[in-house]
Amino acid sequence: MKVAVLKGGRSLERGVSLRSGARVEDALERLGHEVAAVDVGADLVERITADRPDVAFVAMHGVGGEDGTAQELLEILGVPFTGPGVAACARCIDKVLAKNTIREAGLPTPDWVAFNQTAFRELGAANALGRLEQTLGFPLVVKPSRGGSSLGVRFAAAEDEVPNALVSAFSYDDRVLMERFVEGRELAVSVLGGEALPVVEAIPAEGDRYDFEARYAIGRTRFVCPAELSDDERRAVTEAALASYRALGCSGFARVDLILDSEGPWVLEANAIPGLTDTSLLPQAAEAAGMPFEQLVERILDLALHPAAA
Amino acid sequence: MSEVTQPPQRRRAHTSTRDLERYAGLFAARTKVMRSSAMRDLMAITARPEVISLAGGLPDTSTFPPQSFAAQMTRIAQESAAEALQYGPTEGFEETKDCILQVMAAEGMLPDPEDVIVTTGGQQAIDLVCKTLVDPGDVVICEAPTYPGAVPVFCSYQADVVQVECDENGMRVEQLEELLGTLRREGRHPKFIYSVPTFQNPAGVTLSLERRARLVELARMHELLVIEDNPYGLLRFGGEALPPLYQLDGGDFVIYIGTFSKILSPGIRLGWAVAPPPVMEKIVLGKQAADLCTSTLTQYFVREYFEEGKWRGYIEDLIGLYRDRRDTMLAALDEHFPAEATWTAPEGGLFIWATLPPYIDTSDLLAKALRADVAFVPGEAAYIDERGRNSMRLNFSGVTEAEIREGIRRIGKVISEQVELYGALTGEQRLPQRPAAAPEAEPEPSDENVLPFRKTGEAGS
Repeated sequence: MKVAVLKGGRSLERGVSLRSGARVEDALERLGHEVAAVDVGADLVERITADRPDVAFVAMHGVGGEDGTAQELLEILGVPFTGPGVAACARCIDKVLAKNTIREAGLPTPDWVAFNQTAFRELGAANALGRLEQTLGFPLVVKPSRGGSSLGVRFAAAEDEVPNALVSAFSYDDRVLMERFVEGRELAVSVLGGEALPVVEAIPAEGDRYDFEARYAIGRTRFVCPAELSDDERRAVTEAALASYRALGCSGFARVDLILDSEGPWVLEANAIPGLTDTSLLPQAAEAAGMPFEQLVERILDLALHPAAA
Repeated sequence: MSEVTQPPQRRRAHTSTRDLERYAGLFAARTKVMRSSAMRDLMAITARPEVISLAGGLPDTSTFPPQSFAAQMTRIAQESAAEALQYGPTEGFEETKDCILQVMAAEGMLPDPEDVIVTTGGQQAIDLVCKTLVDPGDVVICEAPTYPGAVPVFCSYQADVVQVECDENGMRVEQLEELLGTLRREGRHPKFIYSVPTFQNPAGVTLSLERRARLVELARMHELLVIEDNPYGLLRFGGEALPPLYQLDGGDFVIYIGTFSKILSPGIRLGWAVAPPPVMEKIVLGKQAADLCTSTLTQYFVREYFEEGKWRGYIEDLIGLYRDRRDTMLAALDEHFPAEATWTAPEGGLFIWATLPPYIDTSDLLAKALRADVAFVPGEAAYIDERGRNSMRLNFSGVTEAEIREGIRRIGKVISEQVELYGALTGEQRLPQRPAAAPEAEPEPSDENVLPFRKTGEAGS
């Protein structure tokens, strides 16, 4: 089969995407497929039209790759592609939209407020910041609405730390959300073809928050898979993840990140195209389920070509 | 004739998670402090062709005459192919040292050739010095900000790095003195003080004569070494040349590091170190273990190049080129950076260091800048601790004047947007725009006058 691997692009997560892409290409070659590596740029349509792949493996992360843009083009060109469709990508990449969808589906997600830059620049939203204490309480987490890999995510322990955190978050997106900080265990559930893989727990090195550096540096964060959970906990976490996956309209695969505290699981976000690098969580979960990377890649291709098989 | 059969290319499967864990158990403790950062990942995008990158530290090699390069390499091939392709002495060839002595003499230094070792770039010299002097946990002192490329070297030897603030006259030596006193009371003996005293990378500042004298005096008093890293000394666009620390000290307590990278080519990977004989002996052993000898071929190239006798002229050409580029950058900064920003006005070298209000994190700002297709080095790269997060390094040597103007315009725009946003968030009033080309009063030297500071209207040429 001829497989185009879409990677790189202009996203801030270009580096991670190139690593995901390289690993996927490698696996595809070992599986005997013909691989066309595409570093996504202005010539994407030209390349796809010329290469005529049977299927596109989308290994792009972040804005521009994970948000449905490339997927939309692939749809127009009539090339089947891996992972969630356009609408699901668009919902997952936008944390505010995703949280609204998750909450509407009756699923638990920490309270939040979201603002556009315009609200501050033109509507005097700054005057509402004083109310955060009553509405969300401190500490809170300030995040760019779009983007992944913890880029631009800041903690604000008190009101006076909010403006700096906002300036940082607004560097990545024109919309940010401020979310109640839930202290608990950090879990990730990868979903493959509508089925949950074993839960991964991220245990940060002492004193470290789960940040970008820890996420991609070997040895900084310890991952446990399957996570040590009671049956009830595992059921609750897995169900919340699967329900989120369905509510967001995902197909193929996705990864749902959650926090588990004494009240139960809280869904933070879903990644439509989770990382596929050596240290990424989806491959770890697949491995824990007895599925080596090649087999995972083959299964993802199957799901793209025969969506009904999910 | 049978065709040469290519062995089947075997690509190893990427490692699995379990493999990684297995290897992680084998990693040396020092790898834990060798970090890859989010910033470095963002840097992956700066290589894209549409991005104007002021992030590099590249000298301009486009003006080096290709005919001259071709003629020298041809001569080497014709006259000394066998020698040039052979191993050479660990210390480097005597002929290479002759060239090094010429370069050092141009700045008033006359070392004994016996004290000189030729290294694979100045970077290896830093590594070898650390290898020779630093045990895990040893205190190493450097400037704040310091050369970003030295940070991973110090970290890989597990040094306890302490940074001393700089102002417009370089490292604040009175602060260093206090630090040395504190360390002594704690019973800790620092191994060395690493400094780029002239046209510092990244800050562009130059250590004043008075401080130079005091620095070498302190080194002598406390019996510790100063590592003088001087890649840019000959790239002076204006102002008075100052004596290198090596010259002031006579070479007893100063290890000198030089390089051909900025005056000829970084691609040839040729640098050197000068050290007192007992230290040099150990450095040579370290060099032998690291790579036996520096590239013979490029040493032959340097020899040929110096024999041609045009090396001073080439530096003069570079100075003219870089001076214009610095002036362009300073003018663009004046025009496009908001009044809340400050920056240095270097009299030489490759870099300007700009500092923004404390609420702007330049690593985050880089994300925004990259969307505008422009890049710089965020200040955090030059610090071990959390300082420097509101500063940035801007390179003017490796980019055209048009790129400098456009690049600074774009960065200025994203900064202004963040300043305005912060104003909207906090109600803080913005500073009035900087009056065009109005010379500003020299800031009073005070405790607040550490980097950042502004020095506009004093381009120094």
